[in-house]
Amino acid sequence: MTEPELLVLRGGRVFDPALELDAIADVVIERGRLTHVGAGAGSGLAPSARVRVVDVTGHWLLPAFVDLHAHLREPGQEYKEDIASGLGAAAAGGYAHVCVMPNTRPVNDTRAVTELMRARAAEVGGPTLHPIAAITVGQRGQDLTEMGELREAGAVGVSDDGVCVMNAQVMRRALEYAKTFDLVVIQHAEDHDLTAGAQMHEGAVSARLGLGGWPRVAEDVIVARDVLLAEYVGARYHVAHVSTLGAVRILREAKSRGLPVTAEVTPHHLLLTDAAVIGYDTACKVNPPLREAADLAALRAALADGTIDAIATDHAPHSSLEKDCEFAEASPGMMGLEPCFALLLGLVGQEGITLTRLVDAMSTRPARIAGIEPPRLKVGALAELTVVDPAALWTPAHSALASKARNTPFLEHELRGRIRATFARGQLVLDRLGSAG
Amino acid sequence: MTDARLRHLLSVSDLCAESATGLLDAAEAFLEVSRRPVRKVPTLRGKTVINCFFEASTRTRTSFELAGKRLSADVVNVSASSSSTTKGETLRDTVKTLDAMHADVIVVRHGASGAPAYVAERTRASVVNAGDGTHEHPTQALLDAFTIRRTKGRIAGLKVAILGDIAHSRVARSNALLLPMLGAEVCVAGPRTLLPHDSAALGVRSYDRVEPALEGADVVMMLRIQRERQGVSLLPSLREYARQFGLSAQRLERAAPDAIVMHPGPMNRGVEIADDVADGPRSVVLAQVEAGVAVRMAVLYQCSQDPDERES
Repeated sequence: MTEPELLVLRGGRVFDPALELDAIADVVIERGRLTHVGAGAGSGLAPSARVRVVDVTGHWLLPAFVDLHAHLREPGQEYKEDIASGLGAAAAGGYAHVCVMPNTRPVNDTRAVTELMRARAAEVGGPTLHPIAAITVGQRGQDLTEMGELREAGAVGVSDDGVCVMNAQVMRRALEYAKTFDLVVIQHAEDHDLTAGAQMHEGAVSARLGLGGWPRVAEDVIVARDVLLAEYVGARYHVAHVSTLGAVRILREAKSRGLPVTAEVTPHHLLLTDAAVIGYDTACKVNPPLREAADLAALRAALADGTIDAIATDHAPHSSLEKDCEFAEASPGMMGLEPCFALLLGLVGQEGITLTRLVDAMSTRPARIAGIEPPRLKVGALAELTVVDPAALWTPAHSALASKARNTPFLEHELRGRIRATFARGQLVLDRLGSAG
Repeated sequence: MTDARLRHLLSVSDLCAESATGLLDAAEAFLEVSRRPVRKVPTLRGKTVINCFFEASTRTRTSFELAGKRLSADVVNVSASSSSTTKGETLRDTVKTLDAMHADVIVVRHGASGAPAYVAERTRASVVNAGDGTHEHPTQALLDAFTIRRTKGRIAGLKVAILGDIAHSRVARSNALLLPMLGAEVCVAGPRTLLPHDSAALGVRSYDRVEPALEGADVVMMLRIQRERQGVSLLPSLREYARQFGLSAQRLERAAPDAIVMHPGPMNRGVEIADDVADGPRSVVLAQVEAGVAVRMAVLYQCSQDPDERES
């Protein structure tokens, strides 16, 4: 089947807060670019062999999403996920861009691995993959990676994700050196000495369940230290998956002084507390762990006021080998690309979180942090947009996910807000549209 | 009937005051069986009890084994390493295997908190938690309650002090749930490094010195100090622990004149408990061991009803 040259999305709500655009309009996409945006812009075009017309009345057209934090497991752990299935999950979640963490096997600390990932993604098609390289060789926290070459090979940032850069001198040098190549340094903020033996958030629930505690302060001390280091050397600094009210307080203070500090939060840290672990549900074992109601409130307020810039999925697929076992044996992580938008749509209207802020946090801000051109719904722009049916109910079903993994506590839970289509690189990479109605 | 049947015993929170008291009453009858010349009744003839110990234990395993045998059940002991990586078989597969052999009761001791709950979700058998990580040890709490009731004549209104490594103790957790349920006033005490960060989490009062906890206590329950807690910034030394927190005859004077001293064993004599206290007239340590068999007989009995007879 040949692709139609022209696609008309008729009658949807076109919403791009960065353009102050919120209107019922038609969008015409021709050879991968937006050629018309406006009321009635597509009215003269009738369906034909070269023109596909879709009525998207009641749907929203949004700038496509950008994820700063995903694990696609290739190379090395393809039984959990690979670039093809991971990008499939991203497309199903409305993403045009996915930044992938370096904790592959081997670790992405060289040009070879960075190039392999990008080449593989180009073969697969779908959303654009952006490698995040390691800060230190082997994520061992000692020797800096060849960041200049990694940048040339396509890395958009550096992180030792999953492993905190514990040594303050190494962190200082990483911030200084990465600045030369305009790479953002992304920290997994966890003082590993304070979390030895940790299985979940340290609090009343961990005390009752007899599970080793991961105290909030282990995140806070690293964020505080890093903010001071970043300020001292004048570098950009990004905190991965913020989980504590203390870290929020430190970030708010840093931003109030105009420091170039940014942060992301995951859907699960916005929605779940440590109470979800009762019953030893390994699907709820994540790192950093699920916190308490006070943290949830602080994270939501920080998302609403922009203290937390972006929503990142920390999509961490695991097989049943890592999850169907004793809690202590289970690997931390939750898959997140496919249900992310639907999970968070429910927060709109609550605690000051607007649709404008949600779209900004899922698209424009993460793109800016990673140095990616933000998707825009304007004439001439590359088609990178997501079509959402905000009223549709759907269920992340065991049998119907693009990811290879099923490790989410939201499996089989009914959600509201269905991604109908995703355009990435000008291509229609997810198509649940049907044709003209 | 709410108290006669037990699907699983994974935590003290599976019990209520009524069902716990029912177990203690049944244990009274079973204690008498153990004291007969022929220590066996046919109650569980034809039932299969598998003791699945993923963590080394002599006294608890022996106690469960004798309990099953004195009830005429077929008892099998399985010893395995806790770590699935060294064992080569996952817990999931172990459970499926035991389930396929038609066990009526699987008794689980495991180094990972929550492992018995994991097993219970995957088998038709009843599961009894014989100690899981730093979570719970419900039959220990039941035998402690049984011992208190026999020696003091009651549980309600007694002041119980649990002393030692509270943070890592499954015995403390189970007792902190069970004894207040039966009307006792429980407090815990130990160095702050060995108390939960959230001291209110266990629902009982806590102290960072043992003296205030001992004041007027009717029951003094000592916990074993694991030697491996030394030197990981939890304890400076066992010597320091013995001097600051150990139960000496002198410290014990703060307790009620007729206070009893308990210990789940094995004891570190000269560390958490002085020799003369361990062997002194107030010590009921051996009565606890005897009670262990009787209480486990009661638990096995109530857990081995036919699935068809069980109320869901």
